[in-house]
Order: sequence, then structure tokens, then C-alpha cells
Amino acid sequence: MKLALVADLHANREAVGAVLAHAAAQGAERHVFLGDYVGYGADPGWVVDRVREHVAAGAVAVVGNHDAAVVQGPQPSMVADARAVVEWTRSRLDRQQLAFLAKLPLAESVGDALFVHANAFAPGEWAYLVGRGEAMRSLLATDRRFTFCGHVHVPMLYHLSSTGKAGDFAPLPGVAIPLSSQRRWLAIPGSAGQPRDGDPAACYAIFDTTEHVLTFFRVPYDHEAAAAKVRAAKLPAALAQRLGGGR
Amino acid sequence: MDAEADVVAPASLEVGDVVDGFRLDAVAHRGGMATLWHVSRVDPVAGDPPFLMKVPRVRGGEDPAAIVGFEVEQMIMPALAGAHVPRFVAKGDFTRVPYIVMEQIDGASLRERFDAAPLAIDEVARIGAKVATALHDLHRQHVVHLDVKPSNIVLRRRDEGGEGGEGDAVLIDFGLSHHDLLPDLLEEEFDLPMGTSPYMSPEQVRFVRNDPRSDLFSTGVMLYELTTGARPFGMPSSVTGLRRRLYRDPVAPRTIRPDCPPWLQEIVLRCLEVRPDRRYQTASQLAFDLLHSDQVALTSRATRTGSGSTVRTMKRWLASLAEREALPGGVAGAAARSPIVLVAVDVAAAEPALLDSVREAALRLLKSEAGARLACLTVMRIHRIGMDDLLEPDGTGRHVKLLVELRHWARPLLHAFAGGTRADDAASRITYHVLEAPDPASAVVEYARRNQVDHIVLGARSSGRLRRHLGSVSARVAAEADCTVTVVRANDGER
Repeated sequence: MKLALVADLHANREAVGAVLAHAAAQGAERHVFLGDYVGYGADPGWVVDRVREHVAAGAVAVVGNHDAAVVQGPQPSMVADARAVVEWTRSRLDRQQLAFLAKLPLAESVGDALFVHANAFAPGEWAYLVGRGEAMRSLLATDRRFTFCGHVHVPMLYHLSSTGKAGDFAPLPGVAIPLSSQRRWLAIPGSAGQPRDGDPAACYAIFDTTEHVLTFFRVPYDHEAAAAKVRAAKLPAALAQRLGGGR
Repeated sequence: MDAEADVVAPASLEVGDVVDGFRLDAVAHRGGMATLWHVSRVDPVAGDPPFLMKVPRVRGGEDPAAIVGFEVEQMIMPALAGAHVPRFVAKGDFTRVPYIVMEQIDGASLRERFDAAPLAIDEVARIGAKVATALHDLHRQHVVHLDVKPSNIVLRRRDEGGEGGEGDAVLIDFGLSHHDLLPDLLEEEFDLPMGTSPYMSPEQVRFVRNDPRSDLFSTGVMLYELTTGARPFGMPSSVTGLRRRLYRDPVAPRTIRPDCPPWLQEIVLRCLEVRPDRRYQTASQLAFDLLHSDQVALTSRATRTGSGSTVRTMKRWLASLAEREALPGGVAGAAARSPIVLVAVDVAAAEPALLDSVREAALRLLKSEAGARLACLTVMRIHRIGMDDLLEPDGTGRHVKLLVELRHWARPLLHAFAGGTRADDAASRITYHVLEAPDPASAVVEYARRNQVDHIVLGARSSGRLRRHLGSVSARVAAEADCTVTVVRANDGER
């Protein structure tokens, strides 16, 4: 079965729309949403509604730190831009949308796979997986062979061999990567709504659960329209600007 | 972890066992890392060649190299195609029986030829050209072999005789290989250089695994051995011994075999250069020289005698600087001009491989035309009469969508421009255009004429059937345009 993995959607309607259309064209049969549906972007309600629709149809969705913040109210650890957007986002979601976010689990396992927003070792503390060491810690914290995370907005694939050696790999879009059964894998599809690797195109990945083949994708979308909406909503200007550079 | 009822320990496989529809007929070879079986399908398929099944030795506590190498091979083999690799048929998971079923190549390993070395000069060149041709095909598929040696090359048998009855060279055993687009499972695994010591390149000794020119070094070792009967660096068994090839030159082949022609020594020693940028840059260049010995450009390598000293290495390095300066042409003359280059792409419908090739062609052009301006153009086809439905159901205009796709396609070109200039300067030298027209060919020609375009680059469809059906835009542009036209075809190694 082809599983579409979408992370860090961040209220970007143009990006999420383009990603979902691309996944449909690729024959994705199920969806997994890896958290952070809101924050930064101008269309939180629209994005939350799309995720809700998919969950109603059998999709998996886990909670991200931005979703939790919007439900709980801003936290002192957030940067100023993020905090401003959390306040704004709360005002734009209705009760049902907030209730949906409030009910999302921190992590969910399906078969061989674990889905979690930040990491497997402390999902609710939102530590970033920024290198092999952290990735290894997460891989050792679960007995599942495949872990899929968001949170870090850059696509990445980590692997742990049977001899305990960890490797990392910056995946190229459109290349089908067979994931050997002889090791553990941790994949970060990258951010759909706010990519940060210098390429503005939206990120997501498709995992074939039968063949164990993972393919990362980049989907170009109208980031200028998304940025214009961020400006029109009087959200911090930097949030509009970064979409064009993918930063 | 996944203890399933039908797990079969590989060591317990016996003749007559059936694994995933393949019957084990006989042991073909028992090696240190794996066992090869002759197998056949329980339900035969017409046209099947004979099959081999490779089963790794994975009993508890054994060399992890065997396991990781097999993982690598299971990952890379299905991604390969063409006459120069065994056809991949099936693979089995480590959770049950790990195996790879592949075509059994009808032919002999090169190993036997090496037992007969030194060989006749023309035979050395012929075998070398076959190996280089096979390597080029592999490199085009993003793979560096990293264990090129006689026992990993099979020459297909060819019934019709010809060149001694031998056909294409086939590369086997991808357990140490590197695929440029896939994770490198070996990169972090071992603390010792990986490869076969006589054939390993200096880069491999230094743990660099992604340079295709490493395979050309190994080919050079084989050519040396076939020519002289000796190995250029012996068969070191220690890392110190391996490292010697980083600084010590081999004895010149002509010193060992006086009838070795200068052109062959030139080729062999060029392959064996320590620095990859002093070797052949592609396997096809090496194959070309081996096939056209009269056209090999001779340098001081051709007449060297004995073993090079450090001083000699230094001298050759200086000589290479002089050679470089003497190169004809150069970029200075072209720099003054500022041509306008129009790149027309069908971002909506062209095959990805063609889009890549067109961008590659444009990039090459930009690199040689320092002051060029680039216009990226795509044509949105509309009907001659009546209004098209310009809006897609989701409310995004087709026009905007094309523009977005065009700009995405052109991003690497923008980066190429940005090298050395300010980012906004780069952006001002590249423009994007979506033309709405019923006839793409005349729209491109007309646009070029109006804008004094110097050079049009566009792709040609690869499928003859499609071309007949839709007509060739590129052919018409090439025929009707006033300026230079470059027609690009996809070069993806799968034709």
C-alpha cells in the first residue's frame, strides 16, 4: 500500500493542496500527517479541515508542537514570531477545529512503523533530530523498524545497521529508495508548508508498505500567493519572505 | 524480531528446496561470503535465461561485511539495467531467506585471461575497451563499482565468432558499490579501506566512495597486469602497503615489456594517476583511446622508463601545468559577447529525463557564455477558435501553474547565474515567459525573431510514435528559426 507522509503543513493552503494533488496522482492510498498543521501560514482552518477529512477516511495524524501550542496557548520557549502566530491562529479556528487538534495523539504505531512529530525518545518534549546521534537515540527508543518524523523541516533519511552503526543520507526527490529489512530506518519527509533547505518546493514522501520502498518528492506550488496571504493577514513579514527562498 | 514460522536458515538450504517459486538445482559455487546456486522457476516462463541465486552466509556472529555487502547488492542490483550487468530477477528478505536471483551470464570470467598474461597488445586493448564500455554504462546509471577486478568481470559468449567469440563485458558483484542517489550503507560501517588490495584506487584507500574515476584506476591496474603479467602495486596485505600507491609510481610497463607500444603505456599510466583529475575523466574517453590507438595523444607518460621518483612526480606535475596553458581556445574570447539564449521547454508534458537534459544543455551553454541572458519559455496550447477554459477546478489559472512550474524547473539555472554575482543581478539576467498560442513551433520562432534571440535550446520527444502523432515542434523550430538552434534529446541510459 502506498502511504503519503506529510509533515509540517503550517497552514499553507497552496502547498498542502499541491502536495495532496501530487500524492493522489502518484496513487497514494492512505495518508499519514506528522504534525504541525497550523502556525506560520495564513490558512489554518482550511488545512485542519483537510487533515480532519483524511482522518475521517482512515488517515493517521499525530500532534505537533504548534498544534499543541494553539490548543494550550503560547509557551515561553517559543520565538516571538511563532508566539504571535499562535495567538492569531487560535482566533481563526472554530471550536471543532480546536477540539480535533486537542484529541490528536503524540505518536501512533501501525505495523512495523512508528509515526511521531519530533522523536521517539520524548515525543512531548519536542527535541529536534539534528544529527546522527539524536537520530540513533530515537531509533533505539522504539522497537519499530521504520520511524517517520516531522519537526525538522529538511528531508533526511537516517539508518542504523545491525552492527549499531548509524548513517545519514540527504535524499533526492523522485528516487525510489529500497529500505533494507536488515536495518532500522528513520525518515523525515521534510516540510510541506515551510521547507527550509533553500528550495521553496513543498516536501513530502510516499512509502510503499509492501515493497518497503520510500520516495521523497518536491512539489512546486504558488509560494508567492501563499506569501501574499501571510502579508495580507498582517502576520510577521519574515514568514512571508522565507517561503520564496525556502528558508 | 520478526520470528516467523517459515524462516529458513540459509545454511540449511539443500538441492531440491523451493524458495519463493525457485527450485535449487545445484551448487554453482561456494564462496567465503555467499553461496551461488543454479536455480529454475517451478513455473517456467518462456524465454527465461538460466538463473543464479546468491545466498549470503549470515549465521550468527559472522563477518558483518558479508551482511552489509549483501544489503548493498540487494539495493543496487534492482536499479540497474542494460547488457553490462546481470538481469535482476528477484530478491528475498532477511526476515526469511535472503537471496538475489539473477541472470546467469553465459561466458567466462576474465580471471582465466589473467592467468595467461601477458597477452597480445591488441587483445589487451580489446578487453580494456570492453571493460571501459561496461563501466561507462554503469556510471551513467549513477553507480561506482569500487571492486573492479578480473573475477568481477564476465565476457559474454558470442556464437557468431567475430572477436574471438566474445561479446560484451558484464560487471558482477555490487557488494562494495556506491549508488549516487541511494544511501551508502558502507560509508560508516568499517574502519579499514574496502576493496581488493591490488586493484584499489588511492581514493578508496582514503575512504572516498563516490568518484567513478576510481573504477578507471582499477581498470588501469588490470591493463597493466594484462600487458606485463605483473601487478603495478603488488598485492599488499597491510594498510601501510596499500597507501604506498598514493606516492610511489609503478614501474613503467615498457620497462617490463619493451614491445608495449607508447600509446598503451600512455593509457595505462594515465589510468594509474594518483590524482583523479589527471586520469581519464570518463570511462568512455578511455574506451575511445583503446579503440583508436593511433589517436592517443602522447605525453611524457608514454616514454617513461623505470619507476618514477618523487622528483619525477613533481616534474610531471609541473609539466601538466604547462600542458593546461597550451590548451587552444579558452574562454576569454567569448566573454565579451552577451548573447540571448532562449530555452523553450514543455514543462507540463515533457518527460522528466528530457527536462533534465534540456536544463543540462542550458547550463553548459551558460558556463561558456559568461555574459549570456536567459529567457525561459513555455507555450500553453490554446485552440484557434473560441475561449479555452482558463481556470482549473481548484481556481488556479493554468497560466499561473505553468509559470510556477517553469520557474521551479529553472531554479538550478538561476543558481548557476548567481555564482560570482549578486543574487539580484542573477535574477535580472533570467526571465520567464508563458506564451498562449495554438501552434507552439511558430510561437517560439516568432518570439525569438522579435527578441533578437541568438540561440534557441529546446527538447525533442524521444518517442517516434508521439512525434508522428503530434508533429515535431523541434524540427519546425530548427527549420524556421533565424538563429542557432540546439535540439536536445533525453540521455537517461534507458534507451
